[in-house]
Amino acid sequence: MHTQLDVNGRAYALDHDPRTTLLDALRDHIGLYGTKKGCDHGQCGACTVLVNGRRINSCLTLAAMHDGDEITTVEGLGEPGALAPLQQAFVDCDGYQCGYCTPGQIMSATGMLEEAKAGDPSHVSASLSGDVALDDSEIAERMSGNLCRCSAYPFIRQAIHSVEGKE
Amino acid sequence: MYAFEIERPTSLSDAVSALKAEGAQALGGGQTLIPSLKARLAMPEVLVSLSAIDEIKGICTDDEGRICIGGGTPHGRVAAELKDSYPALASLAARIGDPAVRNRGTIGGSLANNDPSACWPAAALASDAVIKTDRREIAADDFFAGLFETVLEEGEIVTEVRFPVPQAANYQKFAQPASRFALVGVFVAKYEAGVRVAVTGASESGVFRWTEAEEKLSSDFSAAALEGLSHAAEGMIGDLHGTPAYRAHLIGVLTKRAVAAAG
Repeated sequence: MHTQLDVNGRAYALDHDPRTTLLDALRDHIGLYGTKKGCDHGQCGACTVLVNGRRINSCLTLAAMHDGDEITTVEGLGEPGALAPLQQAFVDCDGYQCGYCTPGQIMSATGMLEEAKAGDPSHVSASLSGDVALDDSEIAERMSGNLCRCSAYPFIRQAIHSVEGKE
Repeated sequence: MYAFEIERPTSLSDAVSALKAEGAQALGGGQTLIPSLKARLAMPEVLVSLSAIDEIKGICTDDEGRICIGGGTPHGRVAAELKDSYPALASLAARIGDPAVRNRGTIGGSLANNDPSACWPAAALASDAVIKTDRREIAADDFFAGLFETVLEEGEIVTEVRFPVPQAANYQKFAQPASRFALVGVFVAKYEAGVRVAVTGASESGVFRWTEAEEKLSSDFSAAALEGLSHAAEGMIGDLHGTPAYRAHLIGVLTKRAVAAAG
């Protein structure tokens, strides 16, 4: 079957098996390997991408469900020499050890900062209204879908803190 | 995954037609169905994706003041948009899975699946919600029919869920920490006509109303009114996460906490 995807501002016309997940379409059809396959069951978050600006697990959705959608992967944020602020912050703060979860962490954090900017409360927010103050517990809750088996969480939070409000 | 074809209707009427095909199944946000397909626990011949149907997405208020949530609305949108009009519902939505799951998973899909540990069935049952489909309206009291079973017919699509707004409400979830499904979850909602208490995660026959607690709370809406009342362990789920007696105990504890938090 045929699906049209807009990935990082470029149009791709895919001819694929209906079973192809968005993750496999990105990696195996388009050749963008930044998005990682961790658990392939929506539990680890390594495959997080933005779809029309919202973060989702690309392993838990079929490419065919995204005909015409705008997808942003880690390759669409920046590139060597011109990193996005979050990418640079992860480098500066050592926000990883093995690095496998990092693209997912960065995509999820990108989506998360937009949600916080829009005033979306989280389960740990003291108040449902007003501005969101991203302290450690807020970041931990809002990033709870992204696991890091190396447990670099303190440095991941530090990296996110360092770009918050700077954009 | 076993092989299947995919249909991508952009209108409700086209989706209803597509679901008449042999072996057809509706695909909402896919956060449960896609893992099931990967595990080969489901083998539809045709998947009808509801993702591109705008008319079943969004939240509004009807003439009777009920909050109407489109069946294709993701949990994340409910969490963000209902924080003022029905905070207990927003809070429930904000605790389903994780943020990425909440951006895809839908209320209609969750209700139609009726997982015995899902959160939405408790909200619908405690709120005396009306579940609207492409062909009829079903009261929540009549909708759930046991584990993973509802009264939905073949190819019937949940298009909207209408929630009367209570005077006070709260949802307490004792979450299984890895999945964040409810080990036990209790939704308490106080209406002029009385208090409704719905329990998820606990029973072998799925979500249910704890009528004994409802009677006590309808005459005295306080945690103290529940002193001495406990739920029987018989018929409760027993698994590696908790015994039937443990779950029964949690029902009592969480109900009191919900009443105290609802104020």
